[in-house]
Amino acid sequence: MRDVVITGIGIVSCAGEGLDVHLSALSGAPNTDSETFAPFPVHPVAALEWDRQIPKKSDQRQMEAWQKLGCYAAGLALDSAGVKEDAELKGRMQLIVSAGGGERDYAVDGQILSGLRNAENPGVFLNERLMGDLRPTLFLAQLSNLLAGNISIVHGVTGGSRTFMGEESSGVDAIRIARERIASGQDDIFLVGGAYNAERPDVLLIYEMGGFLWKKPYQPVGSRASDGGGMILGSAACFLVLESREHAEKRGAKALAAIAGVASDRSRREPGSIEKALHGLSKDLSGKPDVVISGATGVKGITDEEQAALKDIAPGAPVHATGDVIGHAMEAQAPAGVALAAGLIASNKASDALVTSVGHWRGEGALRIIKA
Amino acid sequence: MALRDKQGRPLVAVTGMGVVTSLGQGKDATWAALTAGKSGIHRINRFPTEGLRTTIAGTIDFIDVEPFCAPMLSERLAMLAAEEAVGQSGLAQTAFPGALFIAVPPVEMEWPQREALAKASGQDGDVTYKDLLKAAATGEFKKWHDLFIFGTVADRVADKFGTKGSPISLSTACSSGATAIQLGVEAIRRGETDAALCIGTDGSVNPESLIRFSLLSALSTQNENPEGASKPFSKNRDGFVMGEGGAALVLENAESAKARGAKILGYVLGCGEKGDNFHRTRSSPDGSPAIAALKEALDDAGVTPDDIDYINAHGTSTPENDKMEAMSCTAVLGERMATLPISSNKSMIGHTLTAAGAVEAVMSLLTLSTGRIPPTINYQVPDPAIPLDVVPNVARDADVKYVLSNSFGFGGQNTCLVFGAEPKGA
Repeated sequence: MRDVVITGIGIVSCAGEGLDVHLSALSGAPNTDSETFAPFPVHPVAALEWDRQIPKKSDQRQMEAWQKLGCYAAGLALDSAGVKEDAELKGRMQLIVSAGGGERDYAVDGQILSGLRNAENPGVFLNERLMGDLRPTLFLAQLSNLLAGNISIVHGVTGGSRTFMGEESSGVDAIRIARERIASGQDDIFLVGGAYNAERPDVLLIYEMGGFLWKKPYQPVGSRASDGGGMILGSAACFLVLESREHAEKRGAKALAAIAGVASDRSRREPGSIEKALHGLSKDLSGKPDVVISGATGVKGITDEEQAALKDIAPGAPVHATGDVIGHAMEAQAPAGVALAAGLIASNKASDALVTSVGHWRGEGALRIIKA
Repeated sequence: MALRDKQGRPLVAVTGMGVVTSLGQGKDATWAALTAGKSGIHRINRFPTEGLRTTIAGTIDFIDVEPFCAPMLSERLAMLAAEEAVGQSGLAQTAFPGALFIAVPPVEMEWPQREALAKASGQDGDVTYKDLLKAAATGEFKKWHDLFIFGTVADRVADKFGTKGSPISLSTACSSGATAIQLGVEAIRRGETDAALCIGTDGSVNPESLIRFSLLSALSTQNENPEGASKPFSKNRDGFVMGEGGAALVLENAESAKARGAKILGYVLGCGEKGDNFHRTRSSPDGSPAIAALKEALDDAGVTPDDIDYINAHGTSTPENDKMEAMSCTAVLGERMATLPISSNKSMIGHTLTAAGAVEAVMSLLTLSTGRIPPTINYQVPDPAIPLDVVPNVARDADVKYVLSNSFGFGGQNTCLVFGAEPKGA
């Protein structure tokens, strides 16, 4: 089996743009917007100059925020890996994106819902309004696989692209499958990552229906449980360039860290299941973590269990919650956790990192990042 | 016979298949109708169609779910197809010994749910998302969180069949079903698993999804004669017809399948994929990405273009796809394309979108096992720009050893699969 190394990282969030600002943000509180969607705080993405990574305005217009964030972070990752200008390499670079879906036209939805109430024939009214009011290109900003499509168009990454869905797990599994394909010799180089826009009422709606959202002023992920628990969604995107050690060396690329293992599963959620799952997954990885990057949501019960498990799995190791740096970015959470771990390792602040991902509703994952 | 391919990888056998389409439940029902040249396209009666440009589809109306919505119907179609496939394979029905790869349509909350939330909010002025959020906070809609997040269909299928590990939900638009199979093939070849349950499912014909495709001018508007609307490769083709479907394949390491005495229905010999950066909905005019995917699939399978006996086309019936597909196949298979049979299942079941690659994989494997090629129906006005043998209107018997199945999708997705009755050189 071949070693798999990380040679490029692109990340954007409320902490700003690039790995350094995110490493600095490991201490301190993340920028929080408590007003726009009150009573729901969100961690809004910092202002970005889109032109720097998405040069064509026509491309920018075709995308909604989640796609622009992803495209932007993908560009940063390609820059960081030193492959942005290598068309031949990008032509055989494989792409795996972990994604949800795109945003809606909130004004149109509201007008239709208001009108439906008194419509003589609601079905016909709905047809007429949707036919008349939906922007034709909005569909392309909604489709899950169109973040990958936009990355191909904007950055020329065209080896082959696959989009995984399924909330937090999709981020872990995207990295797992990419790593396996490189390790087995099937492919040499991948761009992997995800993007999430938290600043949209339709995603708040889904998680509020389930009762998962934190509705008080920001508190760190680990200290919300006593007050009921809950997650604060964050707008963020993170992409990683992964390749075989040989491939990186051959092109003279610097490896920031190596991915020693990725383990994921889904347990039937019941008291104790998260503790058990994390013990099992970390055993599979056989690491001796000197730092933990936790993907914890802040949701009561599962977050407490993760904290308890980490005391056994990584005794004495500092635990940083990705949610306290960027918020909870759902499909992008695991890639962002790996980026933070790789950054600490590349700057000699750690040598064996455990990245956890306990989904708010299902799916558990753990990734082991070590010195390259 | 060697149970590894020329590259030393485990051969991937198909030991179970299941299908549901608008033509019927079960692969036998669909196959009988498909080889009889019967269409499953009809007028939509699931919702009012006044004011729509397209009023026809290949919806599956003989299955009811509650609440009726895309994730529930997609889940049901996946379950039915998987029950049939796992049943045929003879593997345990509730403890499947391998991973799940499932292509699911991107879902979101639908209008009936939004309306219910709006009503529950008590707002009698202008409704905004603030009101919906207020209703959500009551906790009365908790179940809809689970229903409308992206990982739920996979989770429920994994629960029912007891598949191992973290299930992969995926979307590569209209090539999703083929990608699910490709992921399963790769996992078996890497030796991670001896079995994979690969599913494509799509039950998403609802007003908004139909209108979205309609606004992109992707759909046929020839509503007068629903059965005649999907006419791949014909000169008067004017867009695809949405269809619903589900298909499941049990893939196994051929060695372990033989060891347990399973009946092998065929082999997935090769997979090819290539991204396209030309446009969000249109393919590169020179067909180069599709050509690359075709070549890669043949190479991966260890067969030559001359070995292919039949192509199960993507064949959507859109002006652009059919032209690009014909050109790409001709570029790779050469002059033989003039006489090589190529037909489109979509002429009868419509475009089953996320499910299409999986549904058409099952049909390709049935062609291998029965020696019968389903036709391209509604072929009355040949397109002189596409001089192919599309198996017009009537099924045909032929000696078919290797089939190529194409899937192309929005977002520059191109995935091609090669199936064989036996591996080459066997």
